[in-house]
Amino acid sequence: MGVDESRLRVKLQGEVTQVEFVDRNILDEGFIQQIGHEIDDLIQEHEQPKLLLSFSNVDHLSSAALGTLITIHQKVKEKGGQLRLSDIDPQIHEVFIITKLDKLFEIHDDVDGAMSSFA
Amino acid sequence: MNAHRPVPSPQPGDHAPGVWSAKVPKGVDDYREQEALLLEAVQGAGYPSAAVFAIRLAFEEAMMNAFKHGGAEVVDLGVSVTARRVVITVNDYGPGYDPDAVPDPLAEENLELPSGRGLMLMRQYMTEVRHNESGNTVTMVYERS
Repeated sequence: MGVDESRLRVKLQGEVTQVEFVDRNILDEGFIQQIGHEIDDLIQEHEQPKLLLSFSNVDHLSSAALGTLITIHQKVKEKGGQLRLSDIDPQIHEVFIITKLDKLFEIHDDVDGAMSSFA
Repeated sequence: MNAHRPVPSPQPGDHAPGVWSAKVPKGVDDYREQEALLLEAVQGAGYPSAAVFAIRLAFEEAMMNAFKHGGAEVVDLGVSVTARRVVITVNDYGPGYDPDAVPDPLAEENLELPSGRGLMLMRQYMTEVRHNESGNTVTMVYERS
């Protein structure tokens, strides 16, 4: 698994950019940075980005990954866009609750719920 | 965190212990190898999946702290896995830090800071997390309930 391969599966659904993570574990610093850069590129492609991050494949993430999500949130907000998270494993959701990041992010159970929440 | 309690050692009643120490160089492969050994021992001792998740998360954060914030090139890792408890010690030989001086990541004004959550997560998921006086060795204990 080289770092040059994309760590994301990206699909444009109407105005919404849907992103799925390839990796089950978002732990390694290099991968986290790469994910941050790739998502930043997607944000910059749109004037007011509507971005949905699906965690359906993800079993583990670290506090460094949370940091990258916060940076993504700030970049989307700066451009007047909207960010949604979905399909978060219950154990990882617990991490969001413990860190109070469930208050910062708009989290939905599934992609359908997240898609219908975009204004 | 209680700084006055001694580190629990494996007790005579504990059986099938997985006890080892290792020098782990900075590098994803070496530390993944140790993580795999740790998880294998924890799963082998019959810990439930929530405990495995907690121990893995704390291990990740401790190693990240040592390599990234402690600036370590090599860390000393100590592991003890018994049926009753898991004890993980990470020494990065760096200058250390004062864990009580880390800003509270749950404070309203810190909620959007991209870093500073590792120690809090370690404390939240482990039964006990303690540092030595110089702050370059962390000992994490998971007691099986």
